[in-house]
Amino acid sequence: MAAYRSPATRRYVVRLFFLMTFYLVSLFVAVKLFRADAIHGIPAYALAILPALPIIGVFWAVMRLLVEEPDEFVRLLHVRQSLVATGFCLTVMTIWEFLQNFDLVPPGNGGFGAAFFWFMGLGVGALYNKLTIGSTGSCA
Amino acid sequence: MRLTNRLKVLRAERSWSQSDLADRLGVSRQSVNAIETGKYDPSLPLAFRIAELFGLAIEEVFSSPTQHQSKAI
Repeated sequence: MAAYRSPATRRYVVRLFFLMTFYLVSLFVAVKLFRADAIHGIPAYALAILPALPIIGVFWAVMRLLVEEPDEFVRLLHVRQSLVATGFCLTVMTIWEFLQNFDLVPPGNGGFGAAFFWFMGLGVGALYNKLTIGSTGSCA
Repeated sequence: MRLTNRLKVLRAERSWSQSDLADRLGVSRQSVNAIETGKYDPSLPLAFRIAELFGLAIEEVFSSPTQHQSKAI
């Protein structure tokens, strides 16, 4: 049985592909230049923010999917998935923050920021949909 | 409390698969399955589309569980 793929889902996959390509290229360039100590001042700030832009783009792509998906049931699954992801991310970050406040874990996040846990939460949301409604409606 | 519906029976009477019905309604097969199994209540516009497809009034396809209970009493 073929999986359901609306034009909105196809657009989402294409957007995701370009954003992830941009992310990998920009991250590679940023790491290379910072390691070589080849960039300073305002350009350094711009370059540091550059890999964040495609990640923000993925948030936009998920929100566009919610708006553009024509099938109301699949849209409901996506909305539930995104809400679970948001709740999961806020929960993990809040717990982590309090553990840091009381010096029980080291400062910093080792590169695993809020976006990482939100994307992980999309997977949790898909699992939640599967267990409660029987369909994943996955946008992860 | 979810709506009850006769979708599965109406579909079977016409020998339509869930995919056939989904194609006719312009929705995913997942949607048809979720409505049939009572896991999802369709919006009013979709409920009207379903009823119109079968040539029935909306209350001949969908009924509220409370209405169902009061008739049983």
